[in-house]
Amino acid sequence: MNNYLISGSPHVHGNESTKKIMYSVIIALMPAFLFSIYYFGFNAVRVTLIAVAACVLTEWLIQKFLIKGECTIGDGSAIITGMLLAFNLPSNIPAWMIIVGSIVAIGIGKMSFGGLGNNPFNPALVGRVFMLISFPVAMTTWPAPQPLFGSQIDGFTGATLLGYVKEGIAKGVSANELTVYENIEPLIYSGSLGEIGSIAIIIGGLFLIFRKVIDWQTPVIIIATAGIIATVCWLIDPTQFVHPMIHIFGGGMMLGAFFMATDMATSPMTIKGKIIFAIGIGALTIIIRLWGAYPEGMSFAILIMNAFVPLINKMCKPTRFGNKPVKQ
Amino acid sequence: MNPKKTFPKGGVHPEENKLSSDKPIVTFPIPRQVIIPLGQCLGAPAEAIVKKGDEVKVGQLIGTAKGFISANVHSSVSGKVTKVDEIMDHTGYRKPAIFIDVEGDEWLEDIDTSDTLVKDITLSREDIINRVKDHGIVGMGGATFPTNVKLSIPKDKKAEFVIINAAECEPYLTCDNRLLLEKPNEFLVGVKVVMKAVDAPRAIIGIEVNKIEAAKLLDDIIKGDEYFSGIEVQPLQTKYPQGGEKQLIKACTGREVPSGKLPIETGCVVVNVASTYAIYEAVQKNKPLISRVVTVTGKSVKNPSNFLVRIGTSSTELIEAAGGLPENITNIINGGPMMGKSVSISEFPVIKGTSGILMMTDKEAQPRQMGNCLRCGKCINACPMGLEPFLLCRMSKNNMFEDTETNNIMDCIECGSCEFTCPANIPLLDYIRYGKNKTGQIIRSRNQK
Amino acid sequence: MNDILLYSLIVLGVLGGILAVILYIVAQKFKVEENPLIDEVEGTLSGANCGGCGFAGCRAFAEACVKSASDKKSLDGLNCTSSDMSKVAAVLGLTVEAAEPKIAVVRCNGTCDNAPKKTHYEGADICAFAHTLYAGGSGCPNSCLGLGDCVKKCAFDAIHIDETTGIATVDEDKCVGCGACTKACPRGIIEIRPKGKNNRRVYVNCVNVEKGAITMKNCKVGCIGCQKCLKECPFEAIEMRGTLAYINPDKCKQCRKCVDVCPRGSILAVNFPPRKPKVEVTESVNNESKE
Repeated sequence: MNNYLISGSPHVHGNESTKKIMYSVIIALMPAFLFSIYYFGFNAVRVTLIAVAACVLTEWLIQKFLIKGECTIGDGSAIITGMLLAFNLPSNIPAWMIIVGSIVAIGIGKMSFGGLGNNPFNPALVGRVFMLISFPVAMTTWPAPQPLFGSQIDGFTGATLLGYVKEGIAKGVSANELTVYENIEPLIYSGSLGEIGSIAIIIGGLFLIFRKVIDWQTPVIIIATAGIIATVCWLIDPTQFVHPMIHIFGGGMMLGAFFMATDMATSPMTIKGKIIFAIGIGALTIIIRLWGAYPEGMSFAILIMNAFVPLINKMCKPTRFGNKPVKQ
Repeated sequence: MNPKKTFPKGGVHPEENKLSSDKPIVTFPIPRQVIIPLGQCLGAPAEAIVKKGDEVKVGQLIGTAKGFISANVHSSVSGKVTKVDEIMDHTGYRKPAIFIDVEGDEWLEDIDTSDTLVKDITLSREDIINRVKDHGIVGMGGATFPTNVKLSIPKDKKAEFVIINAAECEPYLTCDNRLLLEKPNEFLVGVKVVMKAVDAPRAIIGIEVNKIEAAKLLDDIIKGDEYFSGIEVQPLQTKYPQGGEKQLIKACTGREVPSGKLPIETGCVVVNVASTYAIYEAVQKNKPLISRVVTVTGKSVKNPSNFLVRIGTSSTELIEAAGGLPENITNIINGGPMMGKSVSISEFPVIKGTSGILMMTDKEAQPRQMGNCLRCGKCINACPMGLEPFLLCRMSKNNMFEDTETNNIMDCIECGSCEFTCPANIPLLDYIRYGKNKTGQIIRSRNQK
Repeated sequence: MNDILLYSLIVLGVLGGILAVILYIVAQKFKVEENPLIDEVEGTLSGANCGGCGFAGCRAFAEACVKSASDKKSLDGLNCTSSDMSKVAAVLGLTVEAAEPKIAVVRCNGTCDNAPKKTHYEGADICAFAHTLYAGGSGCPNSCLGLGDCVKKCAFDAIHIDETTGIATVDEDKCVGCGACTKACPRGIIEIRPKGKNNRRVYVNCVNVEKGAITMKNCKVGCIGCQKCLKECPFEAIEMRGTLAYINPDKCKQCRKCVDVCPRGSILAVNFPPRKPKVEVTESVNNESKE
């Protein structure tokens, strides 16, 4: 009995699949992960594993018992959410907080909107911002790095570079003085798991651009916009504003630009839209960093711009073929 | 030759798989019975003018066109009409057809069956168009639009270019390529005929660079003969859908067909290679459209081949000749893999629009796991018409037909680039076709009011 | 501290008062005079907006009812389900003849056993699209495609695709006979028929108009147009539509003679109590069991 397949054309398909895209992102996150293990030791593994496991489990439980639908944890998107969430956390955060954050990230940030592709906000950032507001002390106290190899520094906790700068300027110390290399040296590798290895994140980001998972425009324009505003401020008054390099390589700029802002579901679909989106993120980040209450503004900037995505999508339609007047 | 060109936006590049591109065209033996469907073109089916028991000759008119968009049907063999009945076409629906038992191979006297090249175009413009109409020539790329309608230029328009669609951007298919390689002179005379019919001073043959041999051959002939002046060969980048009418015009001339308008708005008339050859035969040799080149192919097919077959030959005979139906075939496609139609039964008659028979195994046609839309925007980047396929799909799914209209769903050329590129395997084009159909109905009923 | 409380109370109170006055004035000025009966009538309707009455939703139907009641003192030509109609009539102080309750019937029995699938479909789950693509898994161009266009259109959750047979089935308790599904079906398989006495109905469970020989190949239970039922029927309730028998529900007296003579089992009698087995039938069964 021949049982022929009937389907509408096209009958051949490209090699892309949701799974391949998701696992590419996971591979791209690996250099940064290894980097964080190198600097934070076992704690980096602990935080990441707990976040990933909690995210995947939450998604599975919701799909299995609440939605009673198809189970799609295999596509890897929950793993990415978990990893990105972990990269936004300090290495010494208690396990239960990570779990609460993961449940919020997946449950509220993603599944309540209908799962993969339907979420208006980046789930990892929803989780992170929830944790930042709920557990402000734990989320802003960073341990000094405990390198995998080499001497451990016990009991030292401090701020990130951006926090230190912000505090210093608020106290009236000149920015020039603050950023003398000796002052900032111990702070360069202080921060969340994914904040410290800019180079590793850039390597992962280049891999994604090469794999055509993300467009180069978004990260480049975010960093450029932030850099330009920071430079202008710095040129106007170097005592009030720190060197732009601190803004570009400090904090979550790289992680946000390459991995968070380029999230497919929560970014605009056309290149035009992506450019507007990226300029918005870059500008908002610097505005929050320089004049806002928090030392770091990347996650807020991305979430705010996420809210504008439907509007941007409506505004930036692709150029339709055949709507130009005919030239004869 | 000119440098390589292409259309600017969108497009995909599927695996080419031109398995039969070096297989010469084999003239297929005349079968013992042919079944000639009466509806072989877009629009209304023809009306049978023969009945059971009638003797017919090769080239004899057996069905007359009914209505403006319709085409004549001719007997492709000589013999006796056994019945005028319904036959299952590739979709599984029954359509009227004429069954003819073959006896000998007797042609009508006024058809020139010799191989000599006739270069002098003696007929006038109107006569050429009438001849094309009488001889039942339709667009042989798959859309089967009656060619005479295309060649009749409205009075207020002027044709500047004839564009020959030799892109053959569909993977697997090679029938046009082989025709160009084996009958270049006849083809080029056909181009001249079309140029005369629409009174255009220039003709551009748009050909993808994966058929560079054919392009070079044509270029040499054109350069070596003053008679072919005005024709030029335009190499195009190998990209799907390069052979889409609007994309081809854009690539060759840089002009954009306005939304909702016909190509003649830009002064272009687009004709397919096989149709051009058929026009040559009809006008210069007085031979109606009774045979065509069909590519029978597939990765697991023993002998991918190009056959010159009489219209009405059963597909199973062609599949047999190409080495038989391989095992594990799950999907047989009438046409190319990007725009062809899956068939319900492996036995269906070859008609004027059958450019290929493609067989795919269960491995190639692997079941598609449909996922959620990721909003990745790949479909938007792939759409050559600048549409938003994911949006149109969603709107069609929810029956929002006012919105589909404002989002230009009627501009969709149904090329399938969006579905090809979709990582979530959403059958975008299925939904868009449904939406296009419904939106079209709404627009038509509104226009009637 | 108390000052703050006091001030906020005063400010909010005054603000609320002013806004309430503005709202009242605006509401008075832009008031649309509407017959309160319309709301009342609408309240009796199901509110499903199924469109079976031919109006754009229940509200429009209620308006039409009220208008008709005041103009013509009758509800002629206005149709909703019989129970709803009687409620509407009660509200408007009119009486309506109790219209016969109706129900949707799906006239296809091409299950996997009766009509083996020769092809399988993959793609968008829209019958209207699959209909343009192929004749159907069994090859019958009038068979139920089972992709659920009717299910999507049903406002009462009364029609579903049976998972084992792949054919739409109607939930008799929920169906109100609005006819939304008949319009959705691209093949015209679903028909609105009178529900019948005691919910008993006899109908031809097929809409296939192909020739008998072809139908035989595709389906075990398709109507082949043999006309045996036509000859058997004592009430002339059966008419032939091409090669398809159709039982006119107005003439059918539910004698079920046609059911017995149909060689294909295409005629279906639903909700009848099981017949008392005839003597010879039981004997043969007994014989078989003995053997």
